[in-house]
Amino acid sequence: MSAAFSPEIIAQHQLTPGEYRKVVDILGRQPTYTELGIFAVMWSEHCSYKSSRVHLKKLPTRGKLVVQGPGENAGIIDIGGGYVIAFKIESHNHPSFIEPLQGAATGVGGILRDIFTMGARPIAVMDSLRFGRLDQVGQASRPVGSSSSSVGQASAGRLVGQASASQSERSSDSSSAARNRRIVSGVVAGIAHYGNCFGVPTVGGECIFEPCYDGNPLVNVFALGVCRKEEVFYAKAAGVGNPVIYVGARTGRDGIHGASMASAEFTEESKQKRPNVQVGDPFMEKLLLEACIEAMRTGAIVGIQDMGAAGLTCSTCEMGSRGEVGIEIELDRVPQRETGMTPYEIMLSESQERMLLVADKGREDEVFRVFKKWGLEAAEIGTVTDDGKLRVRHHGEIVAEIPNRELADEAPLYHRPYTVPPKVAQAIGLRTPANVHAALPALLAAPDICSKRWIWEQYDYQVRTNTLTVPEQTDAAIVRVKETGTSIAMSLDGNGRYTYLSPREGAQLAVAECCRNLSVVGALPVAATNCLNFGNPERPEIMAQLVEAIEGMSDACRFFDTPITGGNVSLYNETLGEGIYPTPVIGMVGLMKTAAPVTMGFKNAGRSVILLGGAGTCDEVRFGGTQYAKEIEKQLWGLPPALDLLHEKRVQEAVREIVAAGLAESAHDLSDGGLAVALAECCFGTAEIGARIDLDSDLRPEVLAFHEAPSRILISTARPKQVAAIAEKHGVPSPVIGVTIEQGMEIRQRGNTLGSWDIAALRAAYEGALEAHVR
Amino acid sequence: MKFGVIVFPGSNCDHDAFYAVANNLGQPAEFIWHDSSSLGDVDAVILPGGFSYGDYLRCGAIAKFSPVMAAVRKFAADGGLVLGVCNGFQILVEAGLLPGALIRNRGLKFICRELRLSVATTNSPYTSAGQKDQVLRMPIAHGEGCYIADERTLDALEAEDRVAFRYIDNANGSLRNIAGVLNRERNVMGMMPHPERATEPLMGSTDGLIVFQSMVQTMLQATFLTTPRAAAIP
Repeated sequence: MSAAFSPEIIAQHQLTPGEYRKVVDILGRQPTYTELGIFAVMWSEHCSYKSSRVHLKKLPTRGKLVVQGPGENAGIIDIGGGYVIAFKIESHNHPSFIEPLQGAATGVGGILRDIFTMGARPIAVMDSLRFGRLDQVGQASRPVGSSSSSVGQASAGRLVGQASASQSERSSDSSSAARNRRIVSGVVAGIAHYGNCFGVPTVGGECIFEPCYDGNPLVNVFALGVCRKEEVFYAKAAGVGNPVIYVGARTGRDGIHGASMASAEFTEESKQKRPNVQVGDPFMEKLLLEACIEAMRTGAIVGIQDMGAAGLTCSTCEMGSRGEVGIEIELDRVPQRETGMTPYEIMLSESQERMLLVADKGREDEVFRVFKKWGLEAAEIGTVTDDGKLRVRHHGEIVAEIPNRELADEAPLYHRPYTVPPKVAQAIGLRTPANVHAALPALLAAPDICSKRWIWEQYDYQVRTNTLTVPEQTDAAIVRVKETGTSIAMSLDGNGRYTYLSPREGAQLAVAECCRNLSVVGALPVAATNCLNFGNPERPEIMAQLVEAIEGMSDACRFFDTPITGGNVSLYNETLGEGIYPTPVIGMVGLMKTAAPVTMGFKNAGRSVILLGGAGTCDEVRFGGTQYAKEIEKQLWGLPPALDLLHEKRVQEAVREIVAAGLAESAHDLSDGGLAVALAECCFGTAEIGARIDLDSDLRPEVLAFHEAPSRILISTARPKQVAAIAEKHGVPSPVIGVTIEQGMEIRQRGNTLGSWDIAALRAAYEGALEAHVR
Repeated sequence: MKFGVIVFPGSNCDHDAFYAVANNLGQPAEFIWHDSSSLGDVDAVILPGGFSYGDYLRCGAIAKFSPVMAAVRKFAADGGLVLGVCNGFQILVEAGLLPGALIRNRGLKFICRELRLSVATTNSPYTSAGQKDQVLRMPIAHGEGCYIADERTLDALEAEDRVAFRYIDNANGSLRNIAGVLNRERNVMGMMPHPERATEPLMGSTDGLIVFQSMVQTMLQATFLTTPRAAAIP
């Protein structure tokens, strides 16, 4: 029997005294050092969702197409024709800050394994990225908290005030801009390196820059795979006496404590954690993919799970727990890259490109033969037992013996206290004289809005020849499934500024935007995955952001009938006490027939330009989260744009019908930068067609041109009457606001010209900005 | 005409080449595993794109030692058609079946982009279905596609009409805009752009079909000229 560990050692493992007592209770004795490590990683925030679980239960997870909801490696949706898709999004934020290239690369690797461990061949990746500002201009983009206002929580006011002061200090520091540029280059190179080599197309995504991500970039990677419905595999051990087989890369000392690292705030010492970041080998992963899919076809595999966070520990105890069986392994048989590794190190290593599987006893050779063909190491390291325990031996001696279910499923659960999210000043208001003509090129060159071509051209977005879209030419990426003759549309969205202003509304807006993006290309949204990036949940005001965002997301997903089939929570996104904007990212998938996509670019001159959903309205409070407020006013205030869910749904139904009827020559939804930016993007099509619009509105010119009210879609059509008839049927306004023209772009308000532009000049601002920022 | 698609560990455009040939060209195709010592009964061979052996060390440098490459060399020496696309081009260059070398793109970044190239000669089994100077749209997707060779070699390639394709949009910095080259016997060709990704309207271009259709035509003519039945006509 071991002695009790010192409070220091327990604290180093990020277990609270209460959690340690629970460990002792479960075991009925003091844990061994290996057991302490095992509990620490399994009960880390990253693996156990101990702060978020009670709230995640509020999310809708069922639907008639849902084959597998949360709890497995990925969610699964039935797409008809005997096929399913598996998809999920995951974060790799902390590693990407410490070591951008490998951090991002292994983020891609991890999510790809989650997909193919279910038997699905990955056919698409997208990424949602957040970085600090690249320019060196000091910007107090984050508002001063109203410490004397009605926040009610002294701590909330203090937090926001502090963040604001040091944030502007930091973003004015040229070395932080230089560091951010290195992070951007590294993360993009890492995603490209892994995805391109593995052979999965990176088909889309989003990328936003804010000072709050300065010391804490976000790298969220979404992956989607396809497989036959009857060939889905689950991460469940079964069959007492069946062999447990280890496949893939050898285990080294890399990545030990990665999961615990991802569950803590960053401090100055964090850079010393570089050894906690793993190194990816996409070539090994490619072999693993092909070998696993071939091995699955033998029929000799019972269950399979990848070794991701918490490595061998997580895969053994979760497979055992799901199958309600025990698993016994002998660590001497684990292929090792280094000599002299301790049981603690072997169990906690997060070496990449490894899988654990349970095979049918007597048919192991069929499995081994496949892995040998692909040149991969496979070793029988243990067996399935009937006692429900994870038993780990080293040189024959038991070094850990833990009940699986308690370890995997009875992690501590916290009802963390929450108050209200930090309040933001309601009305700073518009102070810059309106100049729509000058503001448009400035916005088009803004980091959030400008073309991300510099990023996506580094990704092979075509490999597998299923990608039907080119990034930035459609609102959603579309990938066909050759086997079914149907296609999958997908979109990622999250808006930290909106969510910071109102977590509930911001999350709803992200869901609505994703659904709208899919609808614009004619797809029916059917399911979603989420990645919740938040700060420290032990702060009540941060916890309030998390709770309200989850509730908002739940309401919207219920409303649009898009259940969440899985996802990821990333907390403690803080560096030196500064939290990020609450950033829930939604990944939405939709189904459609395979056809040439409707792109956003205008195709012909002389077509009617229709603003489906109407011009919308926006007061000054709702204008505070816009890109105009960020780039021109350099402020953030008020509330996000107002969303009327029912109206939004009608607009989406209308646009799907319009697109399905073949009436839209082009379609593009309004989002960042509002109407003027969307119109410019429509003018950047390959046909190089311009537009002239005239709006009948009382709004201030800059509000009219740049407000970001949702539920609006720009359509060009040769048949405006038929479009109007469909819109009317759905109760949606569809004013004809202008016409496409041979060249130039002009926006008028009741006949007065607000701005008139040469499209080549606008395009130059839009296309050249990011590269100039990154260099 | 049966096409063999070689599968090296790390090939990832193998399925795409297979699909282009079998589905969009309507010709039979089969995969050939990298450790095969024979190519079976195929009429032409495609070395597909990807990252063979992870492209560690140098692109294509390890793949050239694959057992199947001995069979490919023999097939080429016997006059068989060998097409290398992207990583396949890099392998053919490393194996010495084509001259020159492919180094990192001028901008040092991977580039995936549809661009324009022109048919530089129609005197080859890969371009005979096209017109001289015909403009084709095809995507590139590579990090190491900048074609280089010494001046003498480049002069010889041009003098011998062995440049198959030239970039109109030269994104990778290739010398003399070379996008594809032929061996002296003209039966081996390597190109960095992906013709298999331009073989049906949904892919955005069908211009890549010219490469495969040229190969089929060439093989049909060769078959007609060499089959005993043709010779036996009194």
